[in-house]
Amino acid sequence: MQPYDYIEIKIPAKAQYVGVARLMISGIASRLGFTYDDIEDLKIASSEAITNAVQHAYKEEEEGEVVVGCALFEDRLEIMIADHGESFDFEETKKHIGPYDETAEVEFLREGGLGLYLMETLMDEVKLHHEEGVTVFMTKYLGGERGEEDVKRTANS
Amino acid sequence: MNLQVELLEQDSIQYFKVIGEIDAFTAPILRERLTAVEGTPNLQAELDLSEVDYMDSTGLGVFVGFYKAVKANGGHVKITGLNRRLSRLFEITGLSEIIDIEKKESEDHDATI
Repeated sequence: MQPYDYIEIKIPAKAQYVGVARLMISGIASRLGFTYDDIEDLKIASSEAITNAVQHAYKEEEEGEVVVGCALFEDRLEIMIADHGESFDFEETKKHIGPYDETAEVEFLREGGLGLYLMETLMDEVKLHHEEGVTVFMTKYLGGERGEEDVKRTANS
Repeated sequence: MNLQVELLEQDSIQYFKVIGEIDAFTAPILRERLTAVEGTPNLQAELDLSEVDYMDSTGLGVFVGFYKAVKANGGHVKITGLNRRLSRLFEITGLSEIIDIEKKESEDHDATI
């Protein structure tokens, strides 16, 4: 197993702390040497996951906590976000996410459901694990260009 | 981590200048300001995002909701001042094809930075 440094933050499941965790991710990504664009991608993707976790905990009306763990490898950053709130069905949710279709009627514009799509687009890998709530694992490699390719593909399709 | 929304009325155009970060915490502030005017018949709204430092899907959700409501009332929404980061977010979500967006001119040529 490759050696790595691990940094973790535990925040109350409240919206005002999403930005605090985002600042931590931004600092870590910067320390690892990610580019400006990759850091911005990481900030958005992790905020999406943390926001989901906070909102699930909120629905449960619990004074929950969200744990954000970062494993710093030489070639990548792995981020784990765990809530202990209500689970959501990834496959089912996934069916309803995706880019907006130019031809779609305005009525079908989905206001929610973009979070997972953005996580998948902006990160190199996203995995979900159900066990005592939902845990999201996200990986971004240093020097990865996948995000940019996605943009080009979307723009050209 | 704050958000400021300023409203100016110019020649019957409702001009909103949004300043700061739009995330799960601040999006409700933005939504509240926009829902206050979205029911106005034939509303001509312009949203200036040139001073938005950060935005995620919570912000996109607010703008989609506003766009739908304004359109349903016969109005028009225009989003201006998008930097490269923000315009990428509108592009990968396909929203740039639907909502009237004007990019920040000065940012168009520095894609290699």
